[in-house]
Amino acid sequence: MIAALIGLPLIGATVLLLGGRRTNAWGHFLAVAMSGASFLLGVFLFIQMIGKSEEERVVGQHLFDWVSVGAFQVPFGLHLDQLSIVFVLLITGVGTLIHIYSIGYMEHDPNRRRFFAYLNLFVSAMLLLVLADNYFLLYVGWEGVGLASYLLISYYQQKPSAATAGKKAFVVNRVGDVGLSLAIILMFVSLGTVTFDGVNAAAASVSPNTITWIGLALLLAACGKSAQFPLQSWLLDAMEGPTPVSALIHAATMVTAGVYLIVRAHAIFDLSETARTAVVVVGAITLLLGAFIGTAKDDIKKGLAGSTMSQIGYMVLAAGLGPVGYVFAIFHLLTHGMFKAGLFLGAGSVMHGMHDDVNMRHYGALRTMMKITYGTFALGFLAIIGVPPFAGFWSKDEIIHAAFSQNLIIGIATLIGAGVTAFYMTRMMAMTFFGEARWEDDVHPHESPAVMTIPMIVLAVGSAFGGMAMLFVGDIEHWLEPITGFAKPEHAVSNTVLIPVTLTVVLGGAVFAWLRYGRRPVPVTAPSNVSFLTKAARADAYGDALNEALLMRPGQYLTRSLTWFDSKAIDGFVSGLAAVIGGLSARARRLQNGYVRSYALTMLGGAVLIALVLLLVRL
Amino acid sequence: MNPNNYLILAAILFTVGTYGVLVRRNAIIVFMSIELMLNAANLAFVAAARNTGTLDGLVVAFFVMVVAAAEVVVGLAIIVTIFRTRRSASIDEASLMKY
Repeated sequence: MIAALIGLPLIGATVLLLGGRRTNAWGHFLAVAMSGASFLLGVFLFIQMIGKSEEERVVGQHLFDWVSVGAFQVPFGLHLDQLSIVFVLLITGVGTLIHIYSIGYMEHDPNRRRFFAYLNLFVSAMLLLVLADNYFLLYVGWEGVGLASYLLISYYQQKPSAATAGKKAFVVNRVGDVGLSLAIILMFVSLGTVTFDGVNAAAASVSPNTITWIGLALLLAACGKSAQFPLQSWLLDAMEGPTPVSALIHAATMVTAGVYLIVRAHAIFDLSETARTAVVVVGAITLLLGAFIGTAKDDIKKGLAGSTMSQIGYMVLAAGLGPVGYVFAIFHLLTHGMFKAGLFLGAGSVMHGMHDDVNMRHYGALRTMMKITYGTFALGFLAIIGVPPFAGFWSKDEIIHAAFSQNLIIGIATLIGAGVTAFYMTRMMAMTFFGEARWEDDVHPHESPAVMTIPMIVLAVGSAFGGMAMLFVGDIEHWLEPITGFAKPEHAVSNTVLIPVTLTVVLGGAVFAWLRYGRRPVPVTAPSNVSFLTKAARADAYGDALNEALLMRPGQYLTRSLTWFDSKAIDGFVSGLAAVIGGLSARARRLQNGYVRSYALTMLGGAVLIALVLLLVRL
Repeated sequence: MNPNNYLILAAILFTVGTYGVLVRRNAIIVFMSIELMLNAANLAFVAAARNTGTLDGLVVAFFVMVVAAAEVVVGLAIIVTIFRTRRSASIDEASLMKY
């Protein structure tokens, strides 16, 4: 049963990739059906799980023994528990909606079948990642997600920028993957096992130092997949892919993997204060950095990408807070999955109506032209900035609450982040849907077809009520508690104080943005006489420049000097030796002159020499 | 007679043979010189056999004779063939097998 969850989309991807052009006509329907079937199966398993008592909810499926080498035993086993099932529902649910949306969005693309095959592959890899019962198998899903994201980001492979963006995502992810493989190696060496159960049981028995190192290696892995500082640079370039891909990467798959990994390895992080602190610091930096980048982007998708970085920062931060935060990291991940998918699909719908223009300075006043897109985007907007009672409010408020209970500085960082989020999202709303129309005369904005708007409406409903449903109906704290542990924060600031403060900050950010971009006209070309901070935010906070200066340039110098050493020194020695021997033999072959007499003389000389030596030795 | 005289004679014959091989150009003369060297060696073997009173030297001498006979057959055949194709039996002219 559990294997079928992964298997269905995988079958879809295989059929579409191997079937070739024959499947062009119905390929997208197959992909939607496979993803949808996986979702229905997930719902069935979820209902089954609800019916059981708390102790019986974890089910495993042992498929076969995968690696069996001496002490290194890895089963190919799947594991469905309360944590996995919410991920399964998010991945397949949001994933299926994005599949449906893509039917409309990619309608005129000649390679639509390939696109759907990759989408199915992506969903399948992500499901393997969350359903594996050991870190080794998780790593397979982890790499599969990396592969699928590479294929989808560079989907418009004829565009050099898209091809480069795909490669960049792949390379940066590889850095994170080194962290995961180091963590697995360390686990095997120190704990002797790589299964989740084994690691959880054995973690307490080894030295805290080892645990800290495993935690830091896992954090590096999470940084790569979840685009956390300092491995965040690939996420903004990943916008080169088609918009549904961005929605899939940012909401349902890929970037959530890092958060999942940290929460799944909570036994490691529970034991190491240092590793937890590192996670919180990384989360806090990313949350502010992403929000900062989001404030100055004119590209609607890049603005949303900065926002994703920031929101994932919240989740990582929450996961670093320990048992008071794990549950809320997942909670925020789920609500974020819904509203961010809705926002991205909304952005795609706007682009669809605007001739694929992504520059918000060319939008304006679209609320009358695209009523459904406006409505769904607005609900996503209210959810992300955290207005009650929409989804983002419940999850973000819980994170801010937990952060204040642990550390004042971290709490203030989350509060500032909430304000900046309100600022850039209001700016996005104002520039896109309000103000005066700024588009060219030959652009005719229009609403998208129903196949695109229906998924947006579903996600908008999720953004509106999902938070409340999960918190009050689903009781997510106690649902996840058996897996992740849960603790009420001690000496917490009371919510009656904190919620008004948070809402004031959010309102402040929103009003500030409205005064700057809603009331005043927005110039069609971006002003160039701007402050240093705006320039920095436009340049992704100089993340690429930093990477180039610190890593790329020295790497180039190193390879260049190594090439020089190779071609001059090593090749020089080898070819020099060959030249010397060649020259010597050119002279030596002159001895072979064809005259039998000279050979005879040589023989005689040799014989005489031997005779002389023998005589001398005898004497 | 002093048995050493046989050895001296063998040495003289060997030297004459060597000289012939090294300086003459006609293949037939070179061939004859080689035969001279072989027989000089045979003489030395036989003399040695007599000096020591064993049969070893005689046995070797028989072997040398057989080998020399075979060599004459092959060698003369080669020389005749070379002469037929090149109209000359000079070994210096047959120096194609070189660098």
